[in-house]
Amino acid sequence: MIAHADTIPPARHPLIAWILRWILTTNHKEIGTLYLCFSFLMFIAGGAMAMVFRLELAQPGLQYLGADFYNQMVTLHGLIMVFGAVMPAFVGLANWMIPLMIGAPDMALPRLNNFSFWILPFAFFMLLSSLFMQGGAPNFGWTLYAPLSTTYGPPSTDYLIFGVHLMGISSILGAINIIVTIFNLRAPGMTLMKMPLFVWTWLITAFLLIMVMPVLAGAVTMMLTDRHFGTSFFSAAGGGDPVMFQHVFWFFGHPEVYIMILPGFGIASQIIPTFARKKLFGYNSMVYATASIAFLSFIVWGHHMFTTGMPLVAELFFMYMTMLIAVPTGVKVFNWVATMWRGAMTFETPMLFAVGFVVMFTIGGFSGLMLAIVPADFQYHDTFFVVAHLHYVLYPGAIFAMMGAIYYWLPKWCGNMYNERLGKIHFWTAVFGLNLTFFPMHFAGLGGMPRRIVDYALPFADLNLVSSIGAGILGLTQFLFLYIVVDAVRGGSGKATGQVWDSAEGLEWTLPSPAPLHTFHKPPQVD
Amino acid sequence: MSESHDTNGTPRYYVPHSSVWPIVGSIALFITAFGAATFIQQSTDKVLTATGTYGGIIFYIGLAAIAFMMIGWFGAVIKESLQGMVSGLLDQSYRQAMMWFILSEVMFFAAFFGALFYARLISVPWLAGAGHKLETHLFLWPDFAETWPLFMTPGGTATEAMAAWGLPFINTVILVTSSVTVTFAHWALKKNQRGALQAWLALTVALGIIFLILQGVEYVHAYNDLGLNLSAGIYGSTFFMLTGFHGAHVTLGATMLAVMLIRILRGHFTPENHFAFEAASWYWHFVDVVWLFLFTFVYWF
Ligand code: HEM
Ligand SMILES: [Cu+2]
Repeated sequence: MIAHADTIPPARHPLIAWILRWILTTNHKEIGTLYLCFSFLMFIAGGAMAMVFRLELAQPGLQYLGADFYNQMVTLHGLIMVFGAVMPAFVGLANWMIPLMIGAPDMALPRLNNFSFWILPFAFFMLLSSLFMQGGAPNFGWTLYAPLSTTYGPPSTDYLIFGVHLMGISSILGAINIIVTIFNLRAPGMTLMKMPLFVWTWLITAFLLIMVMPVLAGAVTMMLTDRHFGTSFFSAAGGGDPVMFQHVFWFFGHPEVYIMILPGFGIASQIIPTFARKKLFGYNSMVYATASIAFLSFIVWGHHMFTTGMPLVAELFFMYMTMLIAVPTGVKVFNWVATMWRGAMTFETPMLFAVGFVVMFTIGGFSGLMLAIVPADFQYHDTFFVVAHLHYVLYPGAIFAMMGAIYYWLPKWCGNMYNERLGKIHFWTAVFGLNLTFFPMHFAGLGGMPRRIVDYALPFADLNLVSSIGAGILGLTQFLFLYIVVDAVRGGSGKATGQVWDSAEGLEWTLPSPAPLHTFHKPPQVD
Repeated sequence: MSESHDTNGTPRYYVPHSSVWPIVGSIALFITAFGAATFIQQSTDKVLTATGTYGGIIFYIGLAAIAFMMIGWFGAVIKESLQGMVSGLLDQSYRQAMMWFILSEVMFFAAFFGALFYARLISVPWLAGAGHKLETHLFLWPDFAETWPLFMTPGGTATEAMAAWGLPFINTVILVTSSVTVTFAHWALKKNQRGALQAWLALTVALGIIFLILQGVEYVHAYNDLGLNLSAGIYGSTFFMLTGFHGAHVTLGATMLAVMLIRILRGHFTPENHFAFEAASWYWHFVDVVWLFLFTFVYWF
């Protein structure tokens, strides 16, 4: 094995050498760690913003924030969570696990890998710096709708636009790297249909990223020229249309929500068989379901725009296509449940998160179906019901999946077991907090409480107070998570074996724990 | 080093230990992006608070830093290739990565083509009263009539259309020819006919440059004689966005081919091993195909 530091002259001060190592590294494990740490930082930043506006919403009336600052917080919260927390966390997991799962020596393009990561801190520095600019941060929501972002956007919008370009470059390069690694560096004998599902779901996610991130880049570029160069893409007076922005944005946006959930599907499909001590039920159908979800995700974007003006045939088309997505999604949920059926189940923390994922993601799927019904959506659109939906698919969906993944693979990464009891406490407080936060939003939304408005009518006061209390619990419990991870890295509750979980299968478990810096120089043979 | 080697000494898969170029690139991108946003604010009248002229300077420093990074990074990769570090597997990775990169570029253009079709098929007819948008027409712009190219916007800005069969057609011929010449260059490379390779490739680069010059002439004509500019409504917006980004890609592609020419003059590439050349020529074909769509839907129909 090669000692990594051997490229850095030993005469350097150890601190500088340490910093340089992380900045210059081309190792997939180190870059994976960087991604995960960065995304946790963003998770806390975005979460802090949520605390700020939940505090404001705890009571009706204006307490602490003005309307404009409230909107800035909501906008940055959404952008940071989507592009800063969820996506980088999944890329971090891909970096760590895909080479280990397919028996590759590293990612296919190691330098590019480092590049994709180090673009991100700069991009988010630029986005966050908008808070301190004259006119404040962007305040039009993470969906950047024109003309709020063109005619009426604050000056900082331009920095947001270029920040989005940087994030896009980072995601595209990262996705290219992942696809190429999967296609090109699999160990001999690992055919596509033998790949672990996490790898499969990431393959498809990476494809989605390559297809839609450039479209977002195009959308914000048109925003920029509309703002400064007199074009009229989103201005009806010049023959364009503000609704066109929504089409372009959601052509990106809907696949984007699947980018945020498909790797989570993969994770659940890794964890559940291990703790049910059974093979995954319906592997092939899982692969096909993932592929059909990805395909359908390109032709449902209109469901975000039912109320903004489309011909009736288009409304119907998007409604039926959206409902169709529930079929492959249902196949997946069925397969997870069937895997657990009559399994010898135990509920270690990763499994708790995976089961929580299946149950609560399904709640979000059902509210999605309600939203997909055109006449119903006329009622629900832009209310807190949508907020409840998206948080049920994203929090117990994406975030629970990645937390489950971290508990599941952490012993492999650092060589120590985490504290199981604290892990369980973390899970249950998170479940409690998140349902307390987001479940009442269903009722507030059905009652007609609009989203993205700083104040609300008196009848919603109790529901909002409950939500705010839940949010506080949910926020605090993340520090428990941080403690658990740090504790595990520093020793935790003892050394982990190579196998870690007794019935876990896959190449990653054939390696010692912690996995050495360089693995699979000689590819393993898979049969 | 413990990389397992093939019999001929090429590592099975070369993993560089560390590299400064990515972080240089990230910083360069950041400077460019930050500079660009500042530059744009300072040089257009939208943002009254943004005064000063340093934005442009930052932007150009950023661009220079990107160029520096690319020279350094690609230089390192070229050195590895010349030292025989690039195994067949790594070569495959480079090829696949380039293909996916081109797909992402295709999707970037797809966004603007989407805008073009949306304007032509939906927003302009709607503004003229078609479909279920009759009220917009009646209440806001009752006099607006649908045409494409859009000679008169609802707001009353007039422009003339760019004719397809003048310069644009000549440019089409030039670009298609250049796609053929680059293929001839590739065949010559595979047959190890270095003279023919240099000639065909030089011709390709020259055709690319002529294309860009003619495009510049066309822009001047549009601005001065036709009243066709970025602010001339959705026709001008889509026209310049699509041709402008295409022109930027031609510039990039021609630069790539020029670098290949320099490398060939220095004796790089063999009939078996010439990924960089192929990548540049794929990119060139991509730029050509985009142009064919442009010619058809922006200029012709
Ligand atoms: C059965 C599957 C699903 C269906 C039928 C569905 C349907 C919908 C519909 C119709 C809307 C628009 C509501 C409105 O604005 O009026 C919506 C919003 C949303 N959905 Fe879903 N959805 C599904 C799954 C997902 C998943 C898996 C995710 C992400 C992981 C997701 C994330 C979102 C987000 C973020 C929004 C809100 C976007 C915004 O306006 O800010 N959905 N969903
Ligand atoms: Cu959607």
